[in-house]
Amino acid sequence: MTLVQISTGVIFLIAAILFVVGLHQMRTPASARRGNLISAAGMVASVGATLVYSIISSRGGTFGWIALVLGIALGASFGIIRARRVKMTAIPQLVSVFNAVGGGAAAAIAIADFLTRTATVRLPLSSSIPIILDVIIGSVSLSGSLIAAGKLQGILPGKPIQFPGSRVVNILVVIVALGAGVLAILVPRSTLLLLIVLVAALLFGVLMVLPIGGADAPVVVSLLNALTGLAVAMAGFVIDNQAMVIAGALVGSAGTILTLQMAKAMNRSVGSIMLGGFGTWDAGATSVTTDADTANVRQVTADDVGIQLAYAQHVIVVPGYGLAAAQAQHEVAELAKLLTDHGVDVKYAIHPVAGRMPGHMNVLLAEANVPYTQMLQLEDANPAFDACDVALVIGANDVTNPAARRAGNPVSGMPILDVDHAKSIVVIKRSMSPGYASIPNELFTNPRTGMLFDDAKKGLSDITAAVKEYATA
Amino acid sequence: MTETLFMNVAIFVLSLLVGFEVISKIPSTLHTPMMSGSNAIHGVVIAGAIATAAVANTPTGYVLTFIAAALASANVFGGYVVTDRMLRMFKKPQPVTPTAHGTKP
Repeated sequence: MTLVQISTGVIFLIAAILFVVGLHQMRTPASARRGNLISAAGMVASVGATLVYSIISSRGGTFGWIALVLGIALGASFGIIRARRVKMTAIPQLVSVFNAVGGGAAAAIAIADFLTRTATVRLPLSSSIPIILDVIIGSVSLSGSLIAAGKLQGILPGKPIQFPGSRVVNILVVIVALGAGVLAILVPRSTLLLLIVLVAALLFGVLMVLPIGGADAPVVVSLLNALTGLAVAMAGFVIDNQAMVIAGALVGSAGTILTLQMAKAMNRSVGSIMLGGFGTWDAGATSVTTDADTANVRQVTADDVGIQLAYAQHVIVVPGYGLAAAQAQHEVAELAKLLTDHGVDVKYAIHPVAGRMPGHMNVLLAEANVPYTQMLQLEDANPAFDACDVALVIGANDVTNPAARRAGNPVSGMPILDVDHAKSIVVIKRSMSPGYASIPNELFTNPRTGMLFDDAKKGLSDITAAVKEYATA
Repeated sequence: MTETLFMNVAIFVLSLLVGFEVISKIPSTLHTPMMSGSNAIHGVVIAGAIATAAVANTPTGYVLTFIAAALASANVFGGYVVTDRMLRMFKKPQPVTPTAHGTKP
């Protein structure tokens, strides 16, 4: 072992520790940012050690290094610009794009390594197996993530896309990818077979994600994140880089746990999501309120709500997808601040699936300067509703439906927020239209519920104006 | 070759186990930043792009190096920047300033 190899090994070990500690610290909001910075330090160490080692052991020409620098300049500027400019509501699709490029890079590395091998002999299994696995997993992640991003961005229809016999086609594509892969491992180096593997895997990525509904897309993004981690670990095997093996495996397993937890929070199983055909977006915003729908509900005005809130002691805001869709997180934060200044205790009850993906609503509220200590998770929020004077539900629907406590309906068993335990309830919603589960929400016809039919943004501004008027009177 | 492979497989399996253990339970509050943060970590694939550059000696090799470098650096730079941007917003409450409206009617 040379000195360079030993020092590279030591630095990789330090980097691995930094990645693990960083990930660990990301479990609580107070230390999460530091955790990410620690993980970034691990990244700098891994890349720095690889760079020094590669320069010393370089066998290629200058052109390789020029290509590297040009590639980094292009990729880094794209990544940094997108990361700085992206709207917080569009985070899920950006993460998906970063998955795609990570998987693509891992596949490109394996292909490059494959092409440098001697053409006439069979590759050792210790190289050929990780190369083929890397190309398959990386390509599935590349094309699948792009489709998922397209669905989340609305470029592709959010509804599941299926055609007659699509399952059979999927299975055939998998057989071709795996068959060509096994063959490529067994015969002398064949670029044609590798190309077949590549194309079949790319096609499978597309076919795998197309039938998945837009609402389920975040779970798929998380799954593809784990897959990209595994592809990177495989690339680490191919070029014998331990930092990549370690970091890739960490993301692979952490991403798997995250995927399972997200699916659980969304009351879905990963299996049923991957089979597809479900998970269309809540189309509620488009339908019109009719008199029949509103016959049994008590309608209130923004002025009523303003006075009610100003007189309350404990208020819990329940934000849902409607709030994010209307981009009204700043309006709700303004109202909450006004009430807090007026001596009212305001908290947010955040259902795990509020927003476009688990944890997304927390990010949106944090963007509007809501301190994370005001954001209650489901388990902490539910006891708090018993002492709550006014629960203000904004654009949330199924996650508040008391019907979930009974058996025999589409939301049965889903974890819900016990909004109906509050002394009084106000719901801001555009219409009586049902949510994703397509069943009426019993909360809306509760005698203690007042419905304010309005857009989240306008409704909140009107209430804020009413509170201001009352508070300064 | 076999020795290296076994060592790498051992590292891989142990890292998988550590990953499961470290991320055993995440509050749903942090699901989105956590996903973005682990997303940034697989940007370590840029190390692979560097290693590829070091051995590239054909036009195809240069093209693949360029592709790998561009994709990997978008992943690693973008991933860390956007995760930090998200987490920077998670703030502790500011000290409450008493106001004239502090008394209840």
